[in-house]
Amino acid sequence: MSSTDAATVETVETDASEAAAAAADAEAENLLERASGALGEALVGSHISAGELWLRVDRDSWAELAGWLRDTEGFTFFSFLSAIDWLPSPFGRDMDSAVDNVLDPPEPKEAPPTETGVAGGDTRFQLLARVNDVSTGRSVIAKADLPDDDLRVRSWVPVYPGADWHEREAWEMFGIDFDGHPGLRHIYLPGEFEGHPLRKDYPLLARRVKPWPGLVDVELMPEADDKGGTP
Amino acid sequence: MTVSERQQLSYIAAQAADARVNLEIETEGMTLNIGPQHPATHGTLRIVAKLDGEQVVSAEPVMGYMHRGYEKLAEVRTYPQVTTLINRIDWLGSFANEVPFILAAEQLMEVEAPPRAQWIRTILFELSRIANITLFLGDMAVQVGAITPVFFAFRDREHVLNQIEAATGGRFHPNFDRIGGLKDDLPAGWVAETRQAMRKIRGFCDEIEELVEGNEIFQARTRGIGVIPPDVGLSYGLSGANIRASGVDWDVRRDSPCGLVHDQVDWKVWTHPDGDSFARFWVRLQETREATKIVDQLLDNIPSGPIMAKVPVIIKVPAGEAYVETENPLGVMGYYVVSKGDLNPFRVKIRSASFSNVSITPWLLKGVYVPDIITILGSLYFILGDIDR
Repeated sequence: MSSTDAATVETVETDASEAAAAAADAEAENLLERASGALGEALVGSHISAGELWLRVDRDSWAELAGWLRDTEGFTFFSFLSAIDWLPSPFGRDMDSAVDNVLDPPEPKEAPPTETGVAGGDTRFQLLARVNDVSTGRSVIAKADLPDDDLRVRSWVPVYPGADWHEREAWEMFGIDFDGHPGLRHIYLPGEFEGHPLRKDYPLLARRVKPWPGLVDVELMPEADDKGGTP
Repeated sequence: MTVSERQQLSYIAAQAADARVNLEIETEGMTLNIGPQHPATHGTLRIVAKLDGEQVVSAEPVMGYMHRGYEKLAEVRTYPQVTTLINRIDWLGSFANEVPFILAAEQLMEVEAPPRAQWIRTILFELSRIANITLFLGDMAVQVGAITPVFFAFRDREHVLNQIEAATGGRFHPNFDRIGGLKDDLPAGWVAETRQAMRKIRGFCDEIEELVEGNEIFQARTRGIGVIPPDVGLSYGLSGANIRASGVDWDVRRDSPCGLVHDQVDWKVWTHPDGDSFARFWVRLQETREATKIVDQLLDNIPSGPIMAKVPVIIKVPAGEAYVETENPLGVMGYYVVSKGDLNPFRVKIRSASFSNVSITPWLLKGVYVPDIITILGSLYFILGDIDR
């Protein structure tokens, strides 16, 4: 920090924000306790960081979780609903390919182990949703694992009508069926589209056809050594 | 927090009266296709409305004309490259799109931008709000048939865009925010020029107030039209000025600030109890004025110091998950970033404001008259890039 003024500002801010963060974490702990009381066995994982609470529930309790969050805890604001595909991408980033991937496909690499994120996970597909309580500024991120052979779950639409379009998007992008949804239709993609683009095993065709130009056309700076660094 | 009971009752009574009319005078239904190209849509949105006489029986928005698949594209780009994409989500307030993503990445890396960068970030964030909403203020008048205000809007928005361009080099797509700070410091003389621009924007707000807000025709076309009760709005995920116009006193800038310095200045969150099209216009007008005050106060005491924290040249974000949301011009925008410790994010979920804001239209347009479709859509104010992503 070059100026003392700025340094003071920073320390004051850090103290205040640390106190606020601690309070938020304590609030999240309380909520977690109530959640484990209300959901019991159905709550299979949780995580708290930066004042945010993650709750991972059993798939069968996904709709009950929404009801409990809205009616008992007052999380009236529906933020978003989506999913995560935890399969490591079989294609990588397609950036290390200076060769033509279509005519000369690279040897398939052994897939790295699947790792899931915070609050744990057992299966490839995981639902992800977030709700807020606007009167107190609290929020909860909900997760639920879906078994690979049966991608279906009960819809949140009866509880949060705003989940309608989000579930249509998740259905289209990941192939997850929502029981009780009023009409699962394509939302972004044309009706005859095949496949689920946000799945990790769905190739990004633009990259398949044409390698990423950024790494192919590397032109070294005049003074650079052959690794690209400057002396 | 709630709309007064009298208003709710009158709303229910109006809906019931409409239903009665539908029963009494049975007419043959008709399907009206609005769009995909329509001035009220800020992009290409199609609305299929089934009509009974002059009234809408059901309306279904059809989107996807501008779907670009940013969530998929972000998975094959490095973190700094992603900002280029997300600039194009809400193209009228581009800088504001970058901020929550950068903040989420900073949260995962446990990096904090130096105070000067936070200050300038907040100033540019509010400038993009002004640039975005001034256009709405003019555009809303066009939806009810007044042409003049939109020229004023384009004229005065230019002052703000010039300031954004002077600082970042880009009028619409600044791509200026970096993990750990900003790309550059402010140019010489920028602070004084921005003050000047803020004065002009306040003048513009006064003009709009005189030209549009008090206008009898405008009031007749917007008052009591498209009423959203607060609980319905919340359950549909409405945010920003749309939900504040229904009387919900909630602003992420004040209630859960993250990384920006709105808590360092004195400002006010405006709400309106009515929840109709007029309220949404009124709240946005007040917000624009409030934003100029925020910018003025921030300009007074920009701290000195560096504008970049120490970050590695090649940015690898540690494994983890973070969600950061900010109060963008169109509403709450957030990024859920999943990192596996690579150069690129493993998954980015973009929570864009307009997507949720527009998802209420099938509910809201039921029973309204055809000319009101346009004012309601105009007052919800969405950008198609923000819906389709």
